[in-house]
Amino acid sequence: MLKDITLGQYFPGNTPAHRLDPRTKLLLVVLYIVGVFSAKFVISYGVMILTLIVCARISKVGARAMLRGLKPVLIIIIFTGLLNMFFTPGDPLLSFWIFHISRQGLRLAVFMVLRIMLLITGTFLLTYTTSPIRLTDGLEQLLNWMKRIHVPVHELAMMMSIALRFIPTLIEETDKIMSAQKARGADFESGNLFQRARAMLPILVPLFISAFRRADELAVAMECRCYHGGEGRTKLSPLRYAGRDYFALAAGVCLTAGVMVLGYFGF
Amino acid sequence: MSTMLQTEKLEYSYPALEEGEEQTRALRGVDLTIEKGSFVVVLGHNGSGKSTLAKHFNAILLPMGGKVWVEGMDTVDETRLLDIRRRVGMVFQNPDNQIVSNVVEEDVAFAPENLGVPTEEIRRRVDDALGAVGMSEFARHAPHLLSGGQKQRIAIAGVIAMEPACIVLDEATAMLDPVGRQEVLTTARRLNREKRITIVLITHHMNEAEDADRVIVMDNGKIAMDGTPQEVFARVEEIEAIGLTVPDTVQLLYDLRRNGVDVPLSALTVDECADAVAAALK
Repeated sequence: MLKDITLGQYFPGNTPAHRLDPRTKLLLVVLYIVGVFSAKFVISYGVMILTLIVCARISKVGARAMLRGLKPVLIIIIFTGLLNMFFTPGDPLLSFWIFHISRQGLRLAVFMVLRIMLLITGTFLLTYTTSPIRLTDGLEQLLNWMKRIHVPVHELAMMMSIALRFIPTLIEETDKIMSAQKARGADFESGNLFQRARAMLPILVPLFISAFRRADELAVAMECRCYHGGEGRTKLSPLRYAGRDYFALAAGVCLTAGVMVLGYFGF
Repeated sequence: MSTMLQTEKLEYSYPALEEGEEQTRALRGVDLTIEKGSFVVVLGHNGSGKSTLAKHFNAILLPMGGKVWVEGMDTVDETRLLDIRRRVGMVFQNPDNQIVSNVVEEDVAFAPENLGVPTEEIRRRVDDALGAVGMSEFARHAPHLLSGGQKQRIAIAGVIAMEPACIVLDEATAMLDPVGRQEVLTTARRLNREKRITIVLITHHMNEAEDADRVIVMDNGKIAMDGTPQEVFARVEEIEAIGLTVPDTVQLLYDLRRNGVDVPLSALTVDECADAVAAALK
């Protein structure tokens, strides 16, 4: 049952979007977010939507997969839309009882909903096309300058990739513990929410203990393989910018600048 | 032959877990010399000190009394720590807890990456190491989808990539099924024969000692027996006295001898044993 959970939604592939350097993609996402926030009117939003569609086409991610990413935040989207629609003062369009919909409100609601959807689907495109390992590698490289102000960038990246590595192992273990508890009569399926939450406790305790033991053993194994921090480490597959990365970055910068200019002039 | 590992009057105690408790004396004066290129099996039941001994071979534990040398380097010398760990690789019991990355080849590359080996050289070492354990076709796989024996071979490859002179397998077969165990043992033997890597295999499965160059039996923190497998397993009563069992083949020959059949005790493998019994029955 737990095996169905997929974390770090990554669709392996070999599209130009997959081949881009993770650092490039991270920077592009930042540019994209800036773009989404500076889009103010119909034309600039149109440009951003078009950008997203083109990027999705390049990375061969289907519309259904893109929209699936929106599911967990659906309530927030609806809520934001409704709030903006009903509580923005302006020229009345429709009103019944205590509800008033204004022209400005309707416009704001549509734009806000679009903005959230664009933000989420856009960032999802990054995780869809980049493996978690490459993503952590990219983050480590991009944030390398922070080492100078004593931020443990390498350690954080190493922790992240080890956490990703152990997700399947720990899920398997949870499954095993649950089966063992069920075999001895534990009941995880009935009762109200509170009772069910309490039934999970006997799973969490052994899981935590074993996770600590694993951590300890892993640390020794890493030391045995000469791990001594990020100092002087080399890479099997180091990140290298290629021509396509410069091209993608240039395109990203132009687009964002364009959208900012459009927004400034009121389109 | 030159010396790979050497210990002299090695002592180690684990600290008491609670106040008032005695500390556990795991090693009580171990003198041992392991030659380069040999295949040594260390036997002993739980708590005999065999794993504690193994952990001294690459300075995970430091001696509380006595000395340990790795190719002449004293393990207490912190400046040589990386050199020591590079020369003596360790493979542990649980394959899941020693794999660092979620791509096989990235995991094998972990040690050379730590050592600052240039990228092209890492690539060569990773390909060689995966070839040496027969796992080349799994280079791009996720380790958690492999079998126990395969994972353990990946762990061995991860150690080979450091190009060590010696590999210590600390109960590396204990959690595996018979097929996985065989995979690991065959790999270890091949590395010993083809690459002349010294192998120290720590185990409580007697059968794994069959074709070792040398068998060391540990008991109560000391070396109880030391010799070729034939020499050691001929001492059936002594082995049983310290709570171990001899391999099935030796047990059979021993029982036959006690009942008056004239067979040698030195036939360890199943084939040798069968020949010996057949010869006696003629």
